[in-house]
Amino acid sequence: PIPLPLLSLQIFINNEWHESTSGKKFPTYNPSTLEKICDIEEGDKPDVDNAVEAAKAAFQRGAPWRQMDALSRGRLLHKLADLLERDRVILAVSTVIGKPFLQAYFIDLEGCIKTLRYYAGWADKIQGRTIPVDENFVCFTRHEPMGVCGAITPWNFPLLMLVWKMAPALCCGNTLVIKPAEQTPLTSLYIGSLIKEVGFPPGVVNIVPGYGPTAGAAISTHHSIDKIAFTGSTKVGKLIKEAASKSNLKRVTLELGGKNPCIVCADADLDLAVECAHQGVFFNQGQCCTAASRVFVEEQIYPEFVKRSVEYAKKRLVGDPFDARTEQGPQIDQKQFDKILELIESGKKEGAKLECGGLAIEDRGLFIKPTVFSEVTDNMRIAKEEIFGPVQPIMKFKSIEEVIRRANSTEYGLTAAVFTKNLDRALTLASALQSGTVWINCYNALYAQAPFGGFKMSGNGRELGEYALAEYTEVKTVTIKLSQKSP
Amino acid sequence: QIFINNEWHDSVSGKKFEVFNPANEEKICEVEEGDKADVDKAVKAARKAFELGSPWRTMDASERGRLLNKLADLVERDRLILATMEAIDGGKLFSTAYLMDLGACIKTLRYCAGWADKIHGRTVPMDGNFFTFTRHEPIGVCGQIIPWNFPLVMFIWKIAPALCCGNTVVVKPAEQTPLTALYMGSLIKEVRFPPGVVNIVPGFGPTTGAAISHHMDVDKVAFTGSTEVGKLIKEAAGKSNLKRVTLELGGKSPNIIFADADLDSAVEFAHIGLFYHQGQCCIAGSRIFVEEPVYDEFVQRSIERAKKYTLGNPLLPGVQQGPQIDKEQFQKILELIESGKKEGAKLECGGGPWGDKGYFIQPTVFSNVTDDMRIAKEEIFGPVQQIMKFKTTDEVIKRANNTAYGLAAAVFTKDIDKALTFAAALQAGTVWVNCYSAMSAQCPFGGFKMSGNGREM
Repeated sequence: PIPLPLLSLQIFINNEWHESTSGKKFPTYNPSTLEKICDIEEGDKPDVDNAVEAAKAAFQRGAPWRQMDALSRGRLLHKLADLLERDRVILAVSTVIGKPFLQAYFIDLEGCIKTLRYYAGWADKIQGRTIPVDENFVCFTRHEPMGVCGAITPWNFPLLMLVWKMAPALCCGNTLVIKPAEQTPLTSLYIGSLIKEVGFPPGVVNIVPGYGPTAGAAISTHHSIDKIAFTGSTKVGKLIKEAASKSNLKRVTLELGGKNPCIVCADADLDLAVECAHQGVFFNQGQCCTAASRVFVEEQIYPEFVKRSVEYAKKRLVGDPFDARTEQGPQIDQKQFDKILELIESGKKEGAKLECGGLAIEDRGLFIKPTVFSEVTDNMRIAKEEIFGPVQPIMKFKSIEEVIRRANSTEYGLTAAVFTKNLDRALTLASALQSGTVWINCYNALYAQAPFGGFKMSGNGRELGEYALAEYTEVKTVTIKLSQKSP
Repeated sequence: QIFINNEWHDSVSGKKFEVFNPANEEKICEVEEGDKADVDKAVKAARKAFELGSPWRTMDASERGRLLNKLADLVERDRLILATMEAIDGGKLFSTAYLMDLGACIKTLRYCAGWADKIHGRTVPMDGNFFTFTRHEPIGVCGQIIPWNFPLVMFIWKIAPALCCGNTVVVKPAEQTPLTALYMGSLIKEVRFPPGVVNIVPGFGPTTGAAISHHMDVDKVAFTGSTEVGKLIKEAAGKSNLKRVTLELGGKSPNIIFADADLDSAVEFAHIGLFYHQGQCCIAGSRIFVEEPVYDEFVQRSIERAKKYTLGNPLLPGVQQGPQIDKEQFQKILELIESGKKEGAKLECGGGPWGDKGYFIQPTVFSNVTDDMRIAKEEIFGPVQQIMKFKTTDEVIKRANNTAYGLAAAVFTKDIDKALTFAAALQAGTVWVNCYSAMSAQCPFGGFKMSGNGREM
């Protein structure tokens, strides 16, 4: 049993901890051991209503949060980053969702701290424009905060996905009502105590743990929430956009699924490509929206690529997330576990060649062996559906025109990668691929400065970079008449 | 007919629909009625024109700008024809159509033409040894659904930025007013936009419009119209393929007049701000809040101004107000006028229909209006002006913001502190100070709250 520090396991509203209105609680589990960790207060519509009331009050004209200098907002975000650094170990431990501890510590927490500091810097640089309008008017725009923002976060990078929403939202002056994934509420709740410690005014950040169909739906249909940001499956993303439309036309940002092509050309640095493709698909137990789940390899180097990929996959250490040698932990829950195994079976049945892995690790709960399929064709389910597990499908291609067409032949469009040394090829592919991010000779290079989001059904809008600011501000044009035209 | 790939087509179903002149209720002509099958054809053409390697995709950005400028030239050349068509089809005053609508169309086309080769991405100083940059790529096939109140202007507001950025479009003009959009089809062909870049499918909302908002191969839908339909469109977008959505919807815009304002100017702007185009504007200043000390004087002068109107055939000089667009709107406005009378507002002038042919309504002014009356809450979209009283700044800010809408707002005052306080406090996409309806291609326009999503211009 992991000794947990004193964590509040309740609903966070107005910088205070509350029990649920219904009195209900829900359990949260450790996927490595399948044991219950603890019970959490279960939020539902009345709790969301309370949180929205608080967030609305904190956003009122004249409230402390509205009157605060932008620079001070930035300072609070910096202080929050300081506290995350201080409590980095606790937070990494609390990310007890099967993620290897060292990855949580070095990657997740690093991303959180840097993203907070990045947006802290933007706070006093949210600028509108002066506009040279016809006739005798003075015209300028203001980029105002949208208001109360709902944020629904996933279980694969619980704290990081929360910070990706919280940082730009707060930077621009909004208030928040957050619903963390029911599988992984702990780190988000811990952030509540840090928010209070830093001194954000009450009501600026509110956290309501609970389930999607109850608490999540209450947020997406709420008439007093001005904007909703969601990271999760495309299926639920559609429901959220629908709910936003049916209720009050709240603005919507969505980060959804992907079936991301990873294109390896014959002239690529083969070791680099194999390693990147491997990490690209197996990172976080395959549970990434950016997973490189369609690897296209140019014919000439195909057998060698497959051979080296299989070696890598066989070497991948699956085990206890707290063991420093572990590279892969368990899948998040039974539902995901079953879905991944079902897709693996479909691969075998539809004729792909199983090179290694292909089944669960016996007697080990939710652990699955790193699996590689070769001779995969585009019509197979493993080539079309998002697997979200440690499964690498490798296919063959002949020409650039062909692979562009095949890579783009999906409703998804989140990321893509290209491995080549040829400048012309690299830039042609960068232009032609219908993806929100294109990586050249790298994978998962994600940093706070670079915008991230999906083409097509992988999402609406962008997170990170300066572009996220547009998702959290509302433009107001002010036009003032002058008695004479001013040059 | 239906315009696809720079060619004119009959509707797949063979059906046609009638277009009427609202000034005399007579039929002008029949137009091919598009439906799902025609939208499918149009989307296919637009998708092909957007393919990698197509003429439109490989065209220099500056050349796209040149085509938009040439289109502006042709609109200028055919200004008289277009203005006359717009006046007859839309019940719009001819002089207004010629000077204002056509003027705005030409300017907007030229404004967007200038942007075409200035769509910049950024280089980004990312951590680690990476070179990172962003590209601002065209979204793809854009569905655009246009309203009947400013048919040509709204058509241009949608196609100009879309084409400027390199997209292809499938446009559905309003069924009441398809004529100028179809005429633009012939100009688009004359300018030599590649086939499939602009496609126009006239038809009805529940058929053609729905086909567009539900289409799995349309990447974005832009709509100007009622909030009620805007919600359906965003829902359809969510249900189908998560297409991106821009909406310009209704408003119940507050116009706030302080005692220190230039009263003549305020009365005039408030009048035009409401009565322009028979009140059929999303930005209509339909809640006028006047500070107590000048209330009576303001009401007096507003009535005098409204009474000066001559109604009649919009093509004739000397006519200041034309008809409402159709019977449905006509009846809705009269119903709301009745509610005003019933709920206790004071009818100062007008209050009923005019003439025995055409959908004309007398310019109507209500005073002593209170916030709970239907005429103070619902969008009327007709020549009905509501004037209410207020005492303090804080009170009027609350009342002005107390609506699900948030399109525009105005404040009349000489005090700099008041002016800028209101500019910050009003929840509206556009705030005018000492003026109303000042719009120009350079200024972003759009709604807070349920008046819309996103910005145009």
